[in-house]
Parts: sequence; C-alpha cells; structure tokens
Amino acid sequence: MNYEILLPNSSFKECAGYIKKNFKEIYYVPAGYKIFDNYLIGVPPIPIAVDNEDIIMPYVKPCHGCFVLRIPGKEEIEVLRREKL
Amino acid sequence: MKALFMMGCPELPVQTAAALYIANKLNKEGFEVTSAGNKAAISLLLNSDPERHYIKKVMDLDRCIGALAEKTIDFDLCFVFIHSDSGISYLATIKSISKAKTIAVIFGKEIESLIEASGDSIIIAAKAVHNPTPLRAQIDGVKSWAALRK
Repeated sequence: MNYEILLPNSSFKECAGYIKKNFKEIYYVPAGYKIFDNYLIGVPPIPIAVDNEDIIMPYVKPCHGCFVLRIPGKEEIEVLRREKL
Repeated sequence: MKALFMMGCPELPVQTAAALYIANKLNKEGFEVTSAGNKAAISLLLNSDPERHYIKKVMDLDRCIGALAEKTIDFDLCFVFIHSDSGISYLATIKSISKAKTIAVIFGKEIESLIEASGDSIIIAAKAVHNPTPLRAQIDGVKSWAALRK
C-alpha cells in the first residue's frame, strides 16, 4: 500500500488529536471499521480525515504504537461521504 | 465457555508466563481458550508449550479482530494483555466489537495510567517486567473465571 507517515510512534490519543487539529473534513467511525481491507484499532469514535484524494487515519501497530497515515483512497472517500459517519 | 487472549508485542517477558498461567486455570475450569497475537507472541507461547498442554488454539491477531468485527466469532471472556498505549487501543476495540467480558491484564514498569485508561474492564495489574510473581498473585486473587462471565 502506498502511504505517507504524518505522525510516527505516538499514543492513539495524540494521533486522534493530530487528525482533529490539522484537517477539516472529518468522519468518526467505530472501532473495527473496515477500511483498505484493514479493521481499525483504537478508542472510538475514531477520527478519519479526508484531504483532497487522500484518507488520513490512525493506525495502531502492537510493537510500535500509533501512527497517522496519509493514503490515497478515492473509493474509501466515496464510502465515508456516502455513509456520513 | 470460550475465552480469548489478545496479545500484542511480547517485549516484556512476563506476558508469555502470565498467558500460560491463566490458560492453565481456564482449561481446568473447562474453558476453550484461543490465543490471538502477533507472530512473535504466538511463537513464544508455542515454543514454551511444545506439547500444547496449555495453549490449544492460536490465531493471528489481525484475523481475530476481523472475525470479531464481522461477528463470525465471539467469546465469553477476553483477556487483553497490556503494557503500553497500543494495548489500551486493542482493549477499547474489543469492547466495541465483542460481547465478551473484558479483563485487562496490565504489567510493566508504569502501570498507573494504563489502569486508569482501562475503564470498566476487570483489572489484573502488577508492576512486573521479568518476574511474573506479582502478576501471578493478582491472577490467583480470582477464584473463578467462569463467574466473571456477563
């Protein structure tokens, strides 16, 4: 998957705060929400931002903490906007 | 009765010891125990119990989360092993996608903030990194795991 790390090795709270602070179009999803064939881990409601044609989302790795990732995702953006979470 | 172990990074040695110890107790009470973890966590469990006396079923962590989210599996009890913020995120996720009663097994050097973040889960916590004895004492404080089911 093509992605860019916007915030590395942080707590989930810091990652959620980063997304809410730096982006305008934000959708809140439940834990376990499926996106990019991945089930989101985190403390709900989990913020996901849309920026142009990219998804900005937190990603938890057991050994490395939480990251904020920017991932191109036209289809996922359509789903988020349609579901209006 | 079904129980799940949710295990993240096995960075702290007590995690494997605590999992085997709890699995033994659950097995004796008649629970079917599934251990979900990343590759390293599962490998440590299986290498510590080569004849599978304690660890009966194992599952990849991501696959387990997916199956819980899709409601194809569920459990009566879920033990989430926590020594960092990632563990808290997994605990919150389990509480959202599973009907299981959650038990936060917390260990490490700094456990206070993790206990605070564990909310209404049953908490088994001790400052423990290499020596599992303090954590074992907390585990022994629970006389019946079956009685904890929702």
